Amino acid sequence: MGGPDRKDELVATEERRRDPWFVDFYRSAVGKKWVMALSGIVLLGYLVAHMIGNLKVFLPAVDGVPELDLYAQALRSLLFPIAPHGVVLWILRVGLIIAFLLHVHAAYSLTIMNRRARPVDYAGPRQYLAANYASRTMRWSGVIVILFVIFHLADLTWGIQPAAPDSWEHGQVYANFIATFSRPWVTAFYVLAQLALAPHIFHGAWSMFQSMGVNHPRFNRWRRYFAVALTAVIVVPNVIMPLSVLLGFVGA
Amino acid sequence: MNITLQVWRQESADRPGRFVTYQVTDIEPDMSFLEMLDVLNERLIAQGEEPIAFDHDCREGICGSCGVMIDGLPHGPQLGTATCQLHMRKFRDGDTIVVEPWRAAAFPVIKDLVVDRSAFDKIIEAGGYISVDTGSAPDANLIPVPKEVADTAFDAAACIGCGACVAACPNGAANLFTAAKVAHLNLLPQGQAERWRRTEAMVETMEQYFGSCTNHGECEKACPKGISIDFIAMMNRDYAKAKVKNRRLLSQSN
Ligand code: FES
Repeated sequence: MGGPDRKDELVATEERRRDPWFVDFYRSAVGKKWVMALSGIVLLGYLVAHMIGNLKVFLPAVDGVPELDLYAQALRSLLFPIAPHGVVLWILRVGLIIAFLLHVHAAYSLTIMNRRARPVDYAGPRQYLAANYASRTMRWSGVIVILFVIFHLADLTWGIQPAAPDSWEHGQVYANFIATFSRPWVTAFYVLAQLALAPHIFHGAWSMFQSMGVNHPRFNRWRRYFAVALTAVIVVPNVIMPLSVLLGFVGA
Repeated sequence: MNITLQVWRQESADRPGRFVTYQVTDIEPDMSFLEMLDVLNERLIAQGEEPIAFDHDCREGICGSCGVMIDGLPHGPQLGTATCQLHMRKFRDGDTIVVEPWRAAAFPVIKDLVVDRSAFDKIIEAGGYISVDTGSAPDANLIPVPKEVADTAFDAAACIGCGACVAACPNGAANLFTAAKVAHLNLLPQGQAERWRRTEAMVETMEQYFGSCTNHGECEKACPKGISIDFIAMMNRDYAKAKVKNRRLLSQSN
């Protein structure tokens, strides 16, 4: 302060911005954490909606057509005839893909940054007091989730064998669902992937509040409860559904 | 009491370091950890060996000079205190204690347990101040500050800049330090004029040297002043605001 710099410090209206606002914000690590939180909300919202939609596998068929298939058709004709068939679904998909890519890219570049910040690790053993299993395995659980998503798409969306069952048929959502989870190794893989997802959701659902500065002494402890509840709401039904097929409660 | 000490010895930044084991006998339980190192150093000097270099100054937990990794915990097993406030009675007779310097790219080892923390100074230089015109000193309490705000600002201002947060962070991030320094000025009326510029400049300077916060919360536990990660949330909020605020318009509103 003082000296030639002082006037510069006092001017509060100077505009130094050269890049578009979002690029400038995303370049910073704090900005990337905001993007991870916001894209995380999109992904979590998708997971909840996806789980609720899939619960229709437990409902009886309507006029011989499984309720799950009707739901899939309804998704494709969202807002029809205002919008052409499939358009709204594709808009949602594109949004989801963008959120997914941003989430992964931000995580990747922050990981690189963090590796650089401690090139030489402690030589002696470390003790952790606050960092838990979930927070310390985010990168690995994230990688497992990516691998799972690829398998899941190959299995039930694209019908690529051997991920998909032999009887896979486009549009036959319910039949494909039953066929895929009748194979024990597939159900086992899905259940394991969900268990890897659980700590990822738990840490993410808490962490996003912190990243976006949503912090108030009155509700701070509810952030943890919220994270536990959201994890349970997503993961428990997602584990029950494949198991119900394998154990013959559904589709037998 | 008698203890076995494994201390990181490193001649200089560009020489490789290693653990050296010392048997430290006849230590008083009421000695501080640093006094125990003093005793060991006197014995090393008497034997014609190089004493262990470590940082220290006030020895009462207020200057932030001291700080080493003790058994894998910054400032050792006692929470809410600096290394100088840790007493040997916290350990048991016959214990083996591992002592290591802070590890971070921004904190290169100068010698043994001493690291260069001037990256913190760079963050402060970027905005950890308020600009005031000089002249006669203003009367005290001329600017009213609500008690709760003053208390919270003081909680943040308690940061002594020791670097334990960076040492504790699995990512080598300095968000707790920076957030404390940002918050203690951003909360107060005197800090408002430079608030958005300060937040932006300090965060971006921090990111040139340190890692990124992933909300482990490890720093809060390591902090000898118990500074809360709530301040990190405040900084994240202010940083986003700093990015979107049009400062010209801001000058016309409140
Ligand atoms: S020597 Fe000053 S804080 Fe420990």
